[in-house]
Amino acid sequence: MNRAENGADNSARAEILGRVRAALLDVGGDLPDAPVVAPAGAGAGAAPGDLVALFAERVADYRATVVRCSPDDLTAAVAAALPAGARVVVPAGLPDDVRAGIPDPIADTGLSATELDAVDAVVTRCRVGIAETGTIVLDHEPDQGRRAITLVPDHHVCVVDAGQVVPDVPDAFALLDPHRPQTWISGPSATSDIELDRVEGVHGPRRLLVIVVDPA
Amino acid sequence: MTGTFVGMPAFPSAARAALADTQLRHNLAHATGVIRGKRAAVVGEVDNWEELRLAGAAVKERALLALDTQLVRLEESLTAHGAVVHWARDAEEANRIVVGLARAHEVDEVVKVKSMLTQEIGLNEALEAAGIAAWETDLAELIVQLGGDLPSHILVPAIHRNRAEIREIFARRMGEVGRPAPADLTDEPAVLAGAAREHLREKFLRARMAVSGANFAVADTGTLVVVESEGNGRMCLTLPEVLVSIVGIEKVVPTWAELDPLLRLLPRSSTGERMNPYTSTWSGITPGDGPQEVHVVLLDNGRTRALADEVGRQALRCIRCSACLNVCPVYERTGGHAYGSVYPGPIGAILNPLLRGTGDPQTDALPYASSLCGACFEACPVRIDIPEVLVHLRSQVVDGHREDRVPKPEAVAFRGAGWAFGDARRLDRAERLSSLAGRLLRRRGRTSLGRLPGPGSAWTDARDLPAPPTESFRDWWRRTDGGERP
Ligand code: SF4
Repeated sequence: MNRAENGADNSARAEILGRVRAALLDVGGDLPDAPVVAPAGAGAGAAPGDLVALFAERVADYRATVVRCSPDDLTAAVAAALPAGARVVVPAGLPDDVRAGIPDPIADTGLSATELDAVDAVVTRCRVGIAETGTIVLDHEPDQGRRAITLVPDHHVCVVDAGQVVPDVPDAFALLDPHRPQTWISGPSATSDIELDRVEGVHGPRRLLVIVVDPA
Repeated sequence: MTGTFVGMPAFPSAARAALADTQLRHNLAHATGVIRGKRAAVVGEVDNWEELRLAGAAVKERALLALDTQLVRLEESLTAHGAVVHWARDAEEANRIVVGLARAHEVDEVVKVKSMLTQEIGLNEALEAAGIAAWETDLAELIVQLGGDLPSHILVPAIHRNRAEIREIFARRMGEVGRPAPADLTDEPAVLAGAAREHLREKFLRARMAVSGANFAVADTGTLVVVESEGNGRMCLTLPEVLVSIVGIEKVVPTWAELDPLLRLLPRSSTGERMNPYTSTWSGITPGDGPQEVHVVLLDNGRTRALADEVGRQALRCIRCSACLNVCPVYERTGGHAYGSVYPGPIGAILNPLLRGTGDPQTDALPYASSLCGACFEACPVRIDIPEVLVHLRSQVVDGHREDRVPKPEAVAFRGAGWAFGDARRLDRAERLSSLAGRLLRRRGRTSLGRLPGPGSAWTDARDLPAPPTESFRDWWRRTDGGERP
């Protein structure tokens, strides 16, 4: 069904836009000026090493586990991050040095939600890390896979390259493509709905482990 | 407290009942105090917070002052990315569209992301009337829904419930609508959250259609944004085949980059976190990833009425962070139900009359449910001058009653006061009478008057009126020579 097939919709559209114009007679209704430029974020100009340290600290502050390693140790770090015997799903584009740490990875071939529910863990890369807020952003390119694989399994291991860490939220906005679906993740799934006691792990992954790969 | 907000008593009587509920006051004072503390700490980390507030306000203002252009642009970009856009003038029309989509796909249940807007339009009730079950998936909303209750806070809708009550609700109700709570359910928050996870996972995995709102809708890219903590939002937004998002027309943000200040302001103001655990963005359909049929319903339902009010339109900047609730001394004591609306607290006190218009007793009471202390304006991340709008709406309420045949009791009282204050001897006599009454009352151990008779009852229904002092100011001045003599 599209709008053209739906007469009621069309008259609603015309009426709402008419009401909006009538409500704005006092201002005219042209788009005011240029986009608003927000003030700079924190940490601009910080040394890259400090940024990565802040990122690691803030991610851990959200009760995610943070591991730092060199590129040479990455495969071993991935292996150590996974529970023994875990069934692990991986996105099609996961780089080889990450994949090598996973015994018997399950390739995502469009698994159903129920099939994913039978998987224990998932390992992905990310697009951006935000130091100020301790956030990793996935834009679901092939090294991260579609959204469901990082959602249904209980354990998410995410590999972040130190060079992907930016100071604050506006830096991330400048890098990200608004037409791609995105998932911004700050710590594991959490709720504070019962007497404001924080509980980790409601519907999303209960454990988030972030591996930060420092430059060689 | 069950069912719908429609027909609830006006604020004064609802507040009186709420004030007598000590459990409620205890829960609220604790919760608002904790959130205030967390918010203050993370806001303090941002050294240009005031500049950021100005930017956030400017972004929303820019969108609202050209809302027609923005909406047309939003529609174009959504359509270009494979979404189907619908327009709805009011609640009824929006509900009809969603019910129609559910019927077209022959589903008898939908999963829902927490959304104030769908509560505003009574979507769950409309779906139920059409034989379609709507499952709330946010933990607090689940507690409210299973308890046959109403939400009482924007951010923590079940803020008025304690863990023992929640355990009881889960044990009694979960089995009736799906997977039962485990037999050994305790009232530990982690155990309760675990029971909710199991109960809802069954529903997420089989759901074919989901309904969400959106925190923001970017006009130039067609990107919708949902901010949450639990992952229930992600479940609804990605697992079902069909996604319907109902978006108030005031949610528009002009460009992608202008989301930035809002995403910096919202989590810190709302949950007191640097960033909420999950933010999802999507723009129409992504082949092979997530719902392959995406609908967006753009809803008016009074927003154009609010927009037409030059003073009040700033309320449409609201990003529903709930910071104003947590700092409001009136909200902290009465809780959200007393406001009789989905939007409680200071923002509710202005938004409801703006959306619905003044004229009914329920709405007309709301602009008075405030002490005008200004704390809400200080807390608001998009600088909505709530006190200014409250005063503006009070004058509208008064104007709305000018033609009433029976004069309002306030008008009678002020006429009486005008007469007494107009002449020194009259005032003297009136004060003597009142201090005599005060002495008599205090001799009986009373420090406040009960319900006043006649028109005065409208005042004392909502307030405790202190007993008059035993000596008038003028008598005291005469006796002590203006404080010179003891
Ligand atoms: S009025 Fe301001 S403080 Fe209150 S909920 Fe809206 S944005 Fe938050």
